[in-house]
Amino acid sequence: MARPQSELLRARTRTAWVFLAPMLIVLALVAGWPLIRTIWFSFTDANLGKMSQAKFIGFENYYASFGGILQDPDWWRSVWNTVWFSVVSVSIETVFGMIVALLLNVDFKGRGFVRAAVLVPWAIPTIVSARMWGWMLHDQFGIINDMLERAHLISGPVAWTADPRLSMWSVVFVDVWKTTSFMALLILAGLQLLPSDCYEAARVDGISPIKVFFRVTLPLIWPALIVAVVFRSLDALRVFDLIYVLTSSAKETMTMSVYARQQLVDFQQVGYGSAAATLLFLIIAAFTALTLIATRSRASEG
Amino acid sequence: MMRALQKIGFWLLVTVVVLYSLFPFYYAIVSSLRPSAGLFKVAYWPHHPTFANYTGVFVGQPFGRNILNSIIVSSVVVVLSLFLGVTAAYALGRIEFKGRGFLLMTVLAVSMFPQVAVLSGMFELIRWSGLYNSLPGLMIANMILTLPFTVWVLTTFMRGLPKEIEEAAIVDGASPAIIVRRIFLPLLWPALVTTGLLAFIASWNEFLFALTFTLSNSERTVPVAIAFLSGATKYDLPWGRIMAASVIVTLPLIALVLIFQRRIVAGLTAGAVKG
Repeated sequence: MARPQSELLRARTRTAWVFLAPMLIVLALVAGWPLIRTIWFSFTDANLGKMSQAKFIGFENYYASFGGILQDPDWWRSVWNTVWFSVVSVSIETVFGMIVALLLNVDFKGRGFVRAAVLVPWAIPTIVSARMWGWMLHDQFGIINDMLERAHLISGPVAWTADPRLSMWSVVFVDVWKTTSFMALLILAGLQLLPSDCYEAARVDGISPIKVFFRVTLPLIWPALIVAVVFRSLDALRVFDLIYVLTSSAKETMTMSVYARQQLVDFQQVGYGSAAATLLFLIIAAFTALTLIATRSRASEG
Repeated sequence: MMRALQKIGFWLLVTVVVLYSLFPFYYAIVSSLRPSAGLFKVAYWPHHPTFANYTGVFVGQPFGRNILNSIIVSSVVVVLSLFLGVTAAYALGRIEFKGRGFLLMTVLAVSMFPQVAVLSGMFELIRWSGLYNSLPGLMIANMILTLPFTVWVLTTFMRGLPKEIEEAAIVDGASPAIIVRRIFLPLLWPALVTTGLLAFIASWNEFLFALTFTLSNSERTVPVAIAFLSGATKYDLPWGRIMAASVIVTLPLIALVLIFQRRIVAGLTAGAVKG
């Protein structure tokens, strides 16, 4: 009896690998291999024109007497920009997303329409939203300046995307517009799983809605919220499209992805650019590992 | 009194959220319908609407070709991702075997990859295979964006189906390929539509690969074409046409999202709650 059982099991396992093989091969080809090659290039002097003649130069792209990436103030600036952008935009998106989610969790007439409206920014390609906002934030003919001037909030036109003090805030603003809906949907999914009897009890006891939110709702949707924040943060850390189109390669808004691509393609320094890309990969991998460990320990505690 | 105030506040908030979400797209439509000479004065309504920008965008640059390119690349990517996703999801979702957890974590890890981290390796691969500046090159590259979450969402869905449904078929001696095609595929339709749509949107919006792996105007996809739309000089951007192009490529997406609203929301949250 044991024999045919294990025979069947072995056959099932074999089937599993046969069915997995195509996906694994493609994944290795489009993800694994290019990643390994990028890391390898980061230790070479590869140039875009002649990548095949790349020579191994050790850690010189990272740290060298003539200046590696770790000694480049522009790189550190892009690291700081990326972190600043991620923290600020994800924080604002979380608060806004929470508000929108709470709004959509209320049963009211026209809720379907509002949910559809909220989804529209998510559906718009990032490039298109960058262009749309670039036009709205235009320093001379932009509608935002016009609105603010009409409301007497500003006295003259403001260069939202060109002024070094404002450009990063403009990027954050557009990103918040685009991705708040994603945040709201994830939080809403968490909200809709909550049992309604806690709320009934709270209402009978006459507890204020704000207190209910902080004492009941927030702790209960905490796991869903963490997942949403982690996902958004991982996305924000690799931001490229929005910044490339909205403010191109201005130093004030340059992120790690923009820096890496500029070195790689515009300056043709594949080795140096790959080093930047590898560092970005390591930072994101570390962030992912940390969150995994944090959520694991939380889960085992609870 | 308090009640009324609360109600007013609530509807005010709803109005703000709706206006905030929709106004930029509304303004893009307004701008696209105005003659380009008039764009130097701000207007909140197209007083003399014209479709000149919409016809203009197809003249002087292969924008029609760009749209076709985007459709071809995205469709092939969707079909490939779904095929590989279904077969892999059957193995990962229905069969107990050693290393399954590890594989699922690997797939999840790939979806966290920053695109830039594979850029130089992918560039080398695409140039080596002679696919630089061609649509197949973009199809291969885009798989890294769509395959991981397709596998993940379909696996979650497969795992949720009751165990009994394939037992009879196994006893009858049906092969796994037949089981997948005859039993799972019909049940998977809703999940396939959801993941297919999300994959289509992801591929349609992809920018970094399309920017780096294409050279000529005629091989570009829509996002790159819009990013490169330019006027006579660098400082004289044809905003009316840019907005027209933006509206053209966004309207079908918005239509899709509105039609499949529930499915997309379900897919997005299923893709995330997994974590």
